[in-house]
Amino acid sequence: MGLFHPGTSLVHRVPAGVKLAALCAAGIGSVFAATPVGVSAYLAAAVLVLVVARVPGRALVRQLRPVLVFVVVLAVFHALVSGPGRAYVVVGMLLALVLLATALTMTTPTSALVDVVVRVAGPLRRVGVDPERLGLLLALGLRAIPVVLGLAGEVRDAQRARGLGASPRAFAVPLIVRSLRHADRVGEALAARGIDD
Amino acid sequence: MLIEVDGVSHTYGDGPLARTVLRDVSVRMTEHRIGVIGANGSGKSTFARLLNGLVLPTAGTVRVDGHDTRTDGRAVRRRVGFCFTDPDAQIVMPTVREDVAFGLRRRGLAKHEVAARVGAALAAYDLAGHADHPAHLLSGGQKQLLALASVLVTEPALLVMDEPTTLLDLRNARRVARVVADLPMPVVLLTHHLDLLADFDRVLVFEAGRIVHDGPPAEAVATYRDLMTRDQP
Amino acid sequence: MTPTSPARPARDLALVATMAGLMAALGLVPAIAPFGGAVPITAQSMGAMLAGALLGPRLGSASMALFLGLVALGLPLLSGGRGGLGAFAGPSIGYLVGFVAGAFVVGWLTHRLAVRPGGRYVLATGIVVNVVGGVALLYLLGVPATAWRADLSLGTATVAALAFVPGDLIKAVVAAVIARGVYAAYPGLGPAPRPRPRAAADA
Ligand SMILES: Nc1ncnc2c1ncn2[C@@H]1O[C@H](COP(=O)(O)OP(=O)(O)OP(=O)(O)O)[C@@H](O)[C@H]1O
Ligand SMILES: [Mg+2]
Repeated sequence: MGLFHPGTSLVHRVPAGVKLAALCAAGIGSVFAATPVGVSAYLAAAVLVLVVARVPGRALVRQLRPVLVFVVVLAVFHALVSGPGRAYVVVGMLLALVLLATALTMTTPTSALVDVVVRVAGPLRRVGVDPERLGLLLALGLRAIPVVLGLAGEVRDAQRARGLGASPRAFAVPLIVRSLRHADRVGEALAARGIDD
Repeated sequence: MLIEVDGVSHTYGDGPLARTVLRDVSVRMTEHRIGVIGANGSGKSTFARLLNGLVLPTAGTVRVDGHDTRTDGRAVRRRVGFCFTDPDAQIVMPTVREDVAFGLRRRGLAKHEVAARVGAALAAYDLAGHADHPAHLLSGGQKQLLALASVLVTEPALLVMDEPTTLLDLRNARRVARVVADLPMPVVLLTHHLDLLADFDRVLVFEAGRIVHDGPPAEAVATYRDLMTRDQP
Repeated sequence: MTPTSPARPARDLALVATMAGLMAALGLVPAIAPFGGAVPITAQSMGAMLAGALLGPRLGSASMALFLGLVALGLPLLSGGRGGLGAFAGPSIGYLVGFVAGAFVVGWLTHRLAVRPGGRYVLATGIVVNVVGGVALLYLLGVPATAWRADLSLGTATVAALAFVPGDLIKAVVAAVIARGVYAAYPGLGPAPRPRPRAAADA
């Protein structure tokens, strides 16, 4: 599960919190770097990070494909309407930020990011957000995905066994009902383990 | 360990949907191994959930070592571990190790203490090799052992189990049964696998929300078999 | 909520997590493609409407926020197997935010207008609610965001988005049909009969 590609590169070893902070800084900085030179620097930095991290090309392309299609269309549009210089700035910056964000995701394990979220949410305690609960919710979500996928497989098999066609309703209703029942039991198990206390 | 169930009735829902599933149940339990059997819908699971305050009775009181589940649910849940039928619903963390550690959170234990206890529990239930695996990759039997490990790591004073072997094959059911037999704490076990109860000290038979028999396993199982073969009125 | 079931906050957590898991599962359902394949209808884009319609505004929007949180943490859960923070830097960020807002509005309207006492879901009202909260609102957020991220004029971005409107309208209907089925098969959904004291479970 996850897009993380284990590795030992420098990019992998930088703490998750630092990487996230850098990405945020890059996002803010992009507003001020909207020139051909600035965009070139951003693109060069993004490519450098990906090369140092040795992100496998195939996985990267798989993630970027939908954006790439959009980027090409957008580039042509901008080139025709407002000239190639403008097209380069707009499209290049979009691509650079997507590449940087993808690099972070592919070099950082999910659990490390969860820890960062819990830590960063600490100050939110004052406005009523419980960081512990946030971490718990993320963990519960991670756990729920394979369970619901398993239920989906069972519902599909049951549908096939009864010779029902691929009707979204005949699939979704039983899947959702079984998932809600599952949620009831999980809620009970959480209560039994003292979550409400 | 003293469990006192006193004049308990329980009704789910209200208005036209109201459904009374326990009727004036009173029982005092001090034995080490207590079995609970009865037909589907006879109220066993509701009874079990009363014992740790997951369900509060609509009438009557339930006390565990003197703690009333209504006013002192938190203390009760700390003493009473609960193991459910479907391990998928009670494994709440993504990986095996995290799930075992989950119950120890907020107990004020030092980090190394938590790690040591988790490690011991994983080893005790043959899960050490899977510690960092995602829980969904375990087999059904391993999942139930993980669920059990996650409860037992908190060292409950009493363990309540609602049909822990129902979803398992024969081999895994035996394995879980062996683990349960060796547990040091008292156990209340609900089951349809009557052979699990042979060595038990006491077995309660439920029928339509009442305890209709209470005694040693051989008699109780005979009563239950008799009930089940009698024609429905 | 009856005073005999103290398990509410835990159940809320479980519902939110499970709905996020459902959203992920819906991402794997192969898209059906009417209109000669021009407009693929992924089951996932119905998730926000369903989350709101089934869980209500608070839990429904929390489940979508959790789903996006899991995507941001690097799970490839968006339909087509995309995920990670990259998905948020791209041009569809407005639609992603729209999942959360849409679930909230659909949930709020569904609980007020489309669910009769006794838990019956009224299909026609549900469809209107889904169109308002799940389609109109989604575009209201999605189109300007695309215009912003791609430096397009609002007009151009609107025209580009129009191709998806027919598909989304169909989704609004399908989601309402599914919601009615779930309401019928799983009692206990819909607004709580009595106003509950403020619960603190949504993170
Ligand atoms: N949360 C609930 N809301 C409404 N009715 C319920 C609820 N839980 C159980 N019931 C009903 O209460 C009755 C007793 O259920 P219970 O689960 O206690 O029986 P059981 O003896 O454990 O049965 P089984 O052997 O099938 O597990 C059943 O008719 C059931 O439908
Ligand atoms: Mg039962």
